[in-house]
Amino acid sequence: MDASILLILVQDGLVNGAIYALLALSLVLVFTVTRVLFIPQGELVAFAALTYSTLAEGHVPASIFLLAGLGATACLRGLWDARATRNKYGKILFGTLGPPAVVVPLTLWLAPRHPGLAVSALLAVATVAPMAPALYRIAFAPLASASILTLLIAAVSVRFAMVGIGLVIFGPEGTRGIGFSDAFFTVGPLTIPGQAIWIWIVTFALMLALAIFFGRTLIGRALRATAINRLGAQLVGIPAEGAGRLAFTLAGAIGAISGVLVAPLTTIYYDTGFLIGLKGFVAAIAGGLVGYPAAVIAALAVGIVESVSSFWASAYKEVIVFTAVLPVLLVRSLLGPPSEHDE
Amino acid sequence: MKFHIALGALIALAAATVAKADTIKVGITVSQTGPAASLGIPQRNSVALLPTEIAGQKIEYIVLDDATDATKAVANTRKLIDEDNVDVIIGPSITPAALAMVDVVGEKKVPLIVLAASARIIEPPTGAKAWVFKTPQNDSLMADAVAARMAQDGVKSIAFIGFNDSYGDGWLTEITRALAAKNIALLDTERYARTDTSVTGQVLKAISAKPDAILIAGAGSPAALPAKALVERGYKGRVYQTHGVANADFLRVGGKDVEGEILPAGPVLVADQLPANNEVKPVAQKYVSQYEAKYGAGSMATFGAHLYDAGLLLTAAIPEALKKAKPGTAEFRSALRDAMEHQTGVVMTQGVANLSPADHNGFDARARVMVTVRDGKWLLLP
Repeated sequence: MDASILLILVQDGLVNGAIYALLALSLVLVFTVTRVLFIPQGELVAFAALTYSTLAEGHVPASIFLLAGLGATACLRGLWDARATRNKYGKILFGTLGPPAVVVPLTLWLAPRHPGLAVSALLAVATVAPMAPALYRIAFAPLASASILTLLIAAVSVRFAMVGIGLVIFGPEGTRGIGFSDAFFTVGPLTIPGQAIWIWIVTFALMLALAIFFGRTLIGRALRATAINRLGAQLVGIPAEGAGRLAFTLAGAIGAISGVLVAPLTTIYYDTGFLIGLKGFVAAIAGGLVGYPAAVIAALAVGIVESVSSFWASAYKEVIVFTAVLPVLLVRSLLGPPSEHDE
Repeated sequence: MKFHIALGALIALAAATVAKADTIKVGITVSQTGPAASLGIPQRNSVALLPTEIAGQKIEYIVLDDATDATKAVANTRKLIDEDNVDVIIGPSITPAALAMVDVVGEKKVPLIVLAASARIIEPPTGAKAWVFKTPQNDSLMADAVAARMAQDGVKSIAFIGFNDSYGDGWLTEITRALAAKNIALLDTERYARTDTSVTGQVLKAISAKPDAILIAGAGSPAALPAKALVERGYKGRVYQTHGVANADFLRVGGKDVEGEILPAGPVLVADQLPANNEVKPVAQKYVSQYEAKYGAGSMATFGAHLYDAGLLLTAAIPEALKKAKPGTAEFRSALRDAMEHQTGVVMTQGVANLSPADHNGFDARARVMVTVRDGKWLLLP
């Protein structure tokens, strides 16, 4: 292996690492606010990628009907829970049926007109991102006070349901999306594809936006407060359910954007999301499920380890990536203070 | 009143017995969901094209999904045998599930026609495997064809990039043997997973070994990923693929990057291009036209043809078995097994099968052709 190959591998690893970083961020965000290990995050990535590719080819993606179904279910659930107070009906109707009411007719109208890549990307994000808060209303909000283990089991079941639905609506075969840029930039021995630069720019912009959101805005600070101490946050008037819904909305949006970004890199299948999500998960765990910068650095490291091990020992690539989390966990448990989390 | 109920029950029972005697039950378990769904779905679709009557006997098909899970496939097998009392089972779609089902059909003495490729499923045809038949071509047949084509193209050395599963393992074993016979060197072996998002590392390593050609052993559209990465990294040599890629989705995903790649395939893939004197041509064309009339132009995948071929084998063997025993009995199942084992010259969509007690597949060189991709379509190579 010479230096130029190493550079190419590192570049490739950083592209995948950027996607893992986005996933790790959303997993950490959802976990700290709601204590849910949001395993279906990977499925959202795959669904967004497939929705984007289908739209870019000028077809109507069936995922809009999934969004409509999830919205309707979440609406019924919300109305049932609010039947005693009756004063939030308007808000629930707007929050659950609003996104499908906009996205479904718009997609049906735009898709046959070959909307172009930018519109396809926006529509795909608008279709998939609202699925996350709908899933929260349906599956997680009713269990908000359950143990982490119960929430994990709920997340696993949601994933299984999503994979099954994915096969029905997207079919067994994969699709490769059209890239935003076909350009290649040559820097020394490296040929950097335009899509890689897009991924880095969007990832960086998203992270910057998140940093400003959490650091400077009232809602962002409320989310952080809930993450640090749920009971304390509730005592000062931050609704736990609202915070959870917001966290899921953000995670859904990040997942959907990563899906659109990853679609042109490789062929995405209805069940591809799990492995991508799992690697984001490795990064999130290496970051201790609490720290955002740690998770991002770990995600980039996962990308590079994966890329280099695919060169040296391709048959053991996944083994190496997933085993790499063990020493990290060992060091963390030896050095770190005992967990202060509830339970 | 009681008498009427009793009479009704008696008539119903008699009717059921008559129906049972008249109907041959065929159990089918394929991977309609899970990772092998792209194999299982065309197979399930092809059930509609199977004969509904053979030699005056009605055929009833019971189709189950094994979700690409060997445990589920075994459970389906037991259900089909114990609850539905089937006479023969067709399936499953993948090798690991087939290997798991062999012992069950051997124990229950029910013939099984497998739709998965590995020769290990039927060899040697003794013990439990005496009950197992297989319609897809053996990997070894295809590997020999690829190695022969490589030698013909003047290739002296290759690198291998294959799936990190039993498909890749099977091909690596077979191609290593076939290459040795043709004095072609295997310089580098790389593996990747169906779900990988990047194969840059593997492709760089394979290229740096400087082979004359690269063989990609993957199934379906995931096999397009290394092909695209090779083009991206400026590889100019020849690329060979395996028969696992022979569906329209591979061409759709691969696009211009798989142009010119060469692979072995069953003749059904290029049915219309076969020479007029090819005995397989009319059968293959009939299957393609029936399938596409039902599911849309260009929808045919060769995987479904394996199930149709299982139907053709049954059509040939059932009349003989009927002479010896009634459907639904152990004698019939045994007679059916014996009859299948002695079928010769059965023209199928994928070739001509000459079965024997020593060979439960029966295909020869007529069961494979070499094709290439030209202008986004399959083209038969002379």
